[in-house]
Amino acid sequence: MKKLGLIVNPIAGMGGRVGLKGTNGTDVVARALELGAKPVSPARAVKALRVLKKSGAKFELITYPAEMGESEATEVGFKARVIGDITPKRTTADDTKRAAKEMLELGVDLILVAGGDGTICDLIEVIGARVPVLGIPAGVKMHSAVFANAPKATGEVVARFLSEGLPLREAEVMDIDEEAYRQNRLSAKLKGFVKVPYEPTMVQATKEGSTGYELADQKAIARWVFELMEKGRTYILGPGTTTRAVAEELGVYDSTLLGVDIIRDYKMIAKDVGEEQILRAIEGKPATIIVSPIGGQGFVLGRGNQQISPKVVEKVGKENILVIATPQKLSSTPTLKVDTGDAKLDELFRGYIKVITGYRQSRMVKIV
Amino acid sequence: MNYRQARWADDGRLEPLVFELSKAKRTGYTLPPKVPSEVNIPNKLIRTELELPELSEPEVVRHYTRLSQMNYGIDSGFYPLGSCTMKYNPKICEDLAALETASCIHPYQDEDTVQGALELMYKLEQHLTEIAGVARVCLHPSAGAHGEFLGMLLTRAYHKSRGKEHNEVIVPDSAHGTNFASAAMAGFNVVVVPSNSRGRVDLEALRKAVSKRTAALMLTNPNTLGLFEDEILKIAEAVHKVGGLLYYDGANLNGILGKTRPGDMGFDIVHFNLHKTFSTPHGGGGPGAGPIGVTRKLEKFLPVPTVEYDRKRRRYYLDYRRPQSVGKIKSFYGNFGVLVKAYAYILLMGESGLQEVTEAAVLNSNYIMRKLQDVDGFEIKFDTSGPCKHEVVFSAEPLKRGAGVTAKDVAKRLLDYGIHAPTYYFPPIVPEALMIEPTETETKEELDRFIAAMKEIADEAKSHPEKLLSAPTATAIGRLDEAKASREPILSWKMYRKLAK
Repeated sequence: MKKLGLIVNPIAGMGGRVGLKGTNGTDVVARALELGAKPVSPARAVKALRVLKKSGAKFELITYPAEMGESEATEVGFKARVIGDITPKRTTADDTKRAAKEMLELGVDLILVAGGDGTICDLIEVIGARVPVLGIPAGVKMHSAVFANAPKATGEVVARFLSEGLPLREAEVMDIDEEAYRQNRLSAKLKGFVKVPYEPTMVQATKEGSTGYELADQKAIARWVFELMEKGRTYILGPGTTTRAVAEELGVYDSTLLGVDIIRDYKMIAKDVGEEQILRAIEGKPATIIVSPIGGQGFVLGRGNQQISPKVVEKVGKENILVIATPQKLSSTPTLKVDTGDAKLDELFRGYIKVITGYRQSRMVKIV
Repeated sequence: MNYRQARWADDGRLEPLVFELSKAKRTGYTLPPKVPSEVNIPNKLIRTELELPELSEPEVVRHYTRLSQMNYGIDSGFYPLGSCTMKYNPKICEDLAALETASCIHPYQDEDTVQGALELMYKLEQHLTEIAGVARVCLHPSAGAHGEFLGMLLTRAYHKSRGKEHNEVIVPDSAHGTNFASAAMAGFNVVVVPSNSRGRVDLEALRKAVSKRTAALMLTNPNTLGLFEDEILKIAEAVHKVGGLLYYDGANLNGILGKTRPGDMGFDIVHFNLHKTFSTPHGGGGPGAGPIGVTRKLEKFLPVPTVEYDRKRRRYYLDYRRPQSVGKIKSFYGNFGVLVKAYAYILLMGESGLQEVTEAAVLNSNYIMRKLQDVDGFEIKFDTSGPCKHEVVFSAEPLKRGAGVTAKDVAKRLLDYGIHAPTYYFPPIVPEALMIEPTETETKEELDRFIAAMKEIADEAKSHPEKLLSAPTATAIGRLDEAKASREPILSWKMYRKLAK
């Protein structure tokens, strides 16, 4: 029988309604409570669990005490195995981390977590990509690609994962700097990657030549990008697993997953570079930017790859940007966005662009 | 209607295979009318052991009768399989194709002894040319996808002859899956354009997609949502402007027959599915026929041989002298038996009859669309402002949200009502798609029966979802593991025996 871990971050999402843009940090939680914030994630977790209960899927539910999962599971009628120890009403990020670690040790097949970007970041700090994760959207910020569209949809995906098994895809974990966000600056960071089960209702993907498996599709894309590469041209390789596949196709196995690398003549010439280094590398030479949309919201530029700045984009030229994305990823972000920080430049990108989705295959996708 | 399929089984096992029924020394045979006086088969080609099943005639008759009773086809009942045009196949066409003069000839026979067969192919070509509004037709391809592939080879030959590098083929996201494959097989890069909110090609995306690299756009019209691409002239202009060709996927020709012609819309290459629009039987992998038609500028690239008529000598002949031809794509000249049936069908219907086909097919699908449109559980995702053409695509998403049953469950439950499933999960741009094509050969009573079944199933989904989840129960075989069947097919007795070991 499959084992499902359930973690509810009871304070996630509390800042949203009271305009606090997140609840990372204990003093913020106190402030939120003062402002009259009510917990949101337990109710959302219950919604997801109801769907799961109704599906009749058979599995063992492992969770943390009280409001971190036990109460929600009991409310829906699950008999869960409760592990760990917490101080109710005073949970912190450490509780989330401990829960994740213990569930990893118990060999759960999937961790279902109700929270936001912050909760997911805490989680992957401990478990990395070793256990698949699925998020019940319950936070203020949900830039990570690990959340299903709604609590009910989360329940459906989990039910199918447990009863029939579903393929996994890699998803970005993002977090934004809350302090900056509170001052109306959006600064999103790519924190890492987790494996997420996804429902391949995407016959679409198959019809377009997708294998249905993200890794294979990444390889297909990488092969095609490799064939398109020219000697003497400088390639600026953005962050992500799809771009990493391109590096691997070149025989470069130490590319920077969360940063920008520079490739020339099929070799990596600079690693994890900033804006200045990029500008120096492309000075007076033909260059191409290779990027993959970041996060669940489809940002091509400006999220997680700020090194590729407006200056860099202008130097390289809009026509020399190769956007690559697997059909799986596009199915979660049907339109794309840019936020370079230069409104005029962003405007230039609006409309349809060609995104490479497979070997010799691309798709027109709208940047909105 | 109360439906229960026959189930012939012994000890829980279905009717055994013909090889398993075999017992040594049992025989039954029919001799050919004329036994050749002398047979010259080289010794090395003669096998001494044949491994054929040994059965008596009544055993063979019963075996296949039982299998047929556990089968379902257009002769058993309604078959609304979208984009497949499962219309009734007139029996007279079968009779004609079975005539000795059609079925017992050989492609290596001297042209003078098969003048009738050549004349039939020549005239069928001419009819198809007129129907599609093109300059010339080639009957060789033996399936729709084969026709598509030939279309792509012609596209390549055309651009090559002009010394231009056009290496991209544009395909809408609602296209038949074969389009992507045909283009890729012919060596093109594939660019997908999305549909707009009206379910048609997004012109803005198309205009951004076309470039000097564009070799062709492959388009189905009416498209797989059953909607007519009403901006087809603008689409054609955008593609032609950059030197690209327009390819017509003929799977949905039943929606426009005699009303408009691909050639008039600006298409350069057209394929026909004779086994759909022209009522030759299909399913189970063939034999089919997917002729293609081309405009004047592409004629010289067509495969060899073509069937020509020598007016002076009043004689039909095969012409191999075509220096710019792409060569051969099939041995000989096409699936002749299928061509005979399609030719007979066209003559049976005549010009006005073919127009009526489309009128009735479109009327039938609109009748279904309007009757099911407001049923709680089904919805139409795209344009409902005007009529649909030959088919209509519903989404069972409301059922999935409300009752947790899927389009697939609805399709399986329909089998229990004695109705073949619609095409489901296609086109992929419609979630929980149920693609329904009634065709023109169904009566109003039959359509009403289908509509009633769909309504009942929508009710059952809410009151007794388990009826859908466990369907079908009235058929000889219950729900199959379709993924396993596709991934691990056992296609022959030899494979079966090997796996059993």
